[in-house]
Amino acid sequence: MKLTGAQILWECLVREGVTDVFGYPGGAILPAYDAMLGYPIRHILTRHEQGATHMADGYARATGKVGVAIATSGPGATNMVTGLATAMMDSSPIVCITGQVGSRLIGSDAFQETDITGVTLPVTKHNYLVTKASGVAAAVREAFYLARTGRPGPVLIDITKDAQQSTAEFDYEAAAPRPHERPGLPPQDAQFREALALINAAERPVILAGHGLLLGNAMAEFKAFAERTQIPVAMTLLGIGAFPASHALNLGMMGMHGEAWVNTAIQQADLLVALGMRFDDRVTGTIATYAPHAKKIHVEIDPAEINKNVAIDVGIIGDVRDVLARLLPAVAVGNRRAWLETIDDLKGGSAVRDIKNLPDQGHLYAAHVIHDLWRATNGTALVVTDVGQHQMWEAQYYHHDVPRTLITSGGLGTMGFALPAAIGAKIARPDAEVWVVVGDGGFQMTMAELATVVQEGIDINIAIINNGYLGMVRQWQEFFYERRYAATPLLSPDFVKIADAYGIRGISVRKREDVIPAVQAARQARQTVLIDFAVEQEDTVYPMVPAGAALDQMIRRPSPIAETGADV
Amino acid sequence: MQTTFIVHVEDQPGVLTRVASLIRRRGFNIESLTVGHTERPGVSRMTIVMDSDERAVPRIEANLYKLVNVIRVENITPQPSVFRDLAMIKVAATESSRGTIMQLVNAFRARLVDVSPESLIVEITGTEDKIDGLVEMLRPYGVLEMARTGRVAMSRGTGAAALASEPAPRIDAEIAFDSGVSFSV
Repeated sequence: MKLTGAQILWECLVREGVTDVFGYPGGAILPAYDAMLGYPIRHILTRHEQGATHMADGYARATGKVGVAIATSGPGATNMVTGLATAMMDSSPIVCITGQVGSRLIGSDAFQETDITGVTLPVTKHNYLVTKASGVAAAVREAFYLARTGRPGPVLIDITKDAQQSTAEFDYEAAAPRPHERPGLPPQDAQFREALALINAAERPVILAGHGLLLGNAMAEFKAFAERTQIPVAMTLLGIGAFPASHALNLGMMGMHGEAWVNTAIQQADLLVALGMRFDDRVTGTIATYAPHAKKIHVEIDPAEINKNVAIDVGIIGDVRDVLARLLPAVAVGNRRAWLETIDDLKGGSAVRDIKNLPDQGHLYAAHVIHDLWRATNGTALVVTDVGQHQMWEAQYYHHDVPRTLITSGGLGTMGFALPAAIGAKIARPDAEVWVVVGDGGFQMTMAELATVVQEGIDINIAIINNGYLGMVRQWQEFFYERRYAATPLLSPDFVKIADAYGIRGISVRKREDVIPAVQAARQARQTVLIDFAVEQEDTVYPMVPAGAALDQMIRRPSPIAETGADV
Repeated sequence: MQTTFIVHVEDQPGVLTRVASLIRRRGFNIESLTVGHTERPGVSRMTIVMDSDERAVPRIEANLYKLVNVIRVENITPQPSVFRDLAMIKVAATESSRGTIMQLVNAFRARLVDVSPESLIVEITGTEDKIDGLVEMLRPYGVLEMARTGRVAMSRGTGAAALASEPAPRIDAEIAFDSGVSFSV
């Protein structure tokens, strides 16, 4: 069957199960857009190609399916770079399709020509430049295979305009992807034996639960493993949701803004069982003093992660679900009562410092907003955050019991991620209650996508945590630059009026008592509502491990008594 | 520590860029890199000599395997292997010095490949040490130009690098990867 390259593209996408694509048309991708009309595809027109990539990313993270973004050559393609880098760092499976100038023009600095495969080389799992219609099917099929297998990640396919326009024989079967597997990984029986011996013997073990558990759909095996071994669970930011927050063995988030008892437990542990995580510098503090008493078991699908940051005692390479399924029947039933009680004591000491327990002085704290949002949504909303203070408060105060209900840019820390990623998540899961939690800084980076929300009739809710500062940067200036607030005070427009201009309902909240009614009003409205929460301006995320400090050397929130001055 | 990797890659445009870019952005150091055809069509062979600490070696290998176009990576440092470098050295030569230079060339089992009134070109293959030795001896006469290929290596015996059992490079699938698909740069 002879088809144009553009038709072959859509034939392949439909066969991959693609129903929604996020994109922005332009000259070099026009043939693909024209052909799209003949296929059962919903196209979501974004306001910027970066938005399209974050939407594809949010779509992928909400479901585990591959998200697809499409753009034209040159600026359309370069605008995708931030989204690709975001997906690369967080192992999110997306496929980006870009148009390219005609193959004869390549290398001539033609209008809207960019070497996008060269540009995106370090921020994609793989990329393709397709210059003939006959190459389209194989590239698309392999791109999807690569995006979702092994450690997932983004793949880019750059297709020249003439490859889209010319025809070729379409043979789907002949274009099947060939497996890309590392040959001859040695059997790991010894590693399994050593891991089991370490786990069975440990008195103070901690599990470090990462994004890999969610990507690998290993939640059930993981819960069974934690319960059988009675090992408490600390989560990375992206691991949140892999284990129920309300579970007795859940400790909470580790790392720079992790709970004090979690970081202290890790530093006191005699064994760390790291599952699908990569010992990012934000979770270890300084490596030299990290978990000094602990043996380290690292279960990871990407062999390049073993011994990258932290020296590992036992590394097991594999799909975390398979590894847990193999460990589970062999591991001894654990009793760690003494260790769990020790951690409980650490927890008790932290509670008095919790901002939730501060006396109400009429201030509206971001943590209160998140806490009330959690209560008002029964903890079941799908929350998409941006990057900064609000992101850390979300991780601390919104307790996720359900997998894939927190979507956030962890590795790259991409401001502007939240709104577009939430649009993608909502398209992927139309029945989910989706909340954007975003700062006043990050929101202004991509708020043009409000028009996408309206044009596509999308029902999400937006909580702007508005403190008039680039809060996390301001916090660093407060601690480490003697409060010299260089370029962090931030002027914002009246977000309620912005919402109004887009035909979206806006609510302004300045008092604690108005938080829950506003959230409930937003939930009941069957359309997008934006709530502008004017919160305390110079509030700080505690605890904080300063860069270069040991994990348990945290800056703690001053005790409430000291803060009110009552103890002087 | 010097580590020598043999890397079999698909013979595709852009593969060298991918390998070099990976090594650069992960902060590993290349001492030399050579690339050329192999006994199998569609497969190129790289010899990469790296300066790395022991802990980095498995990570370099694992990172190389993450490249889709990499078929096989082998660290032959611990194996008995043959290492060769090739150099062409243009050395200044007068009527009076030519004889002595030729004696040196013979002693090193090198070859003269060009003779002109004022210079000679010497071709030598061997380990880097041997070539360095000849260069040192020639320096007093005036080394005008030198070109070296960098190390190529092969492990001894039949044990290693046998590609016969490996999956075919994807370029063999003609329909899947004709010349209409290329890879970066």
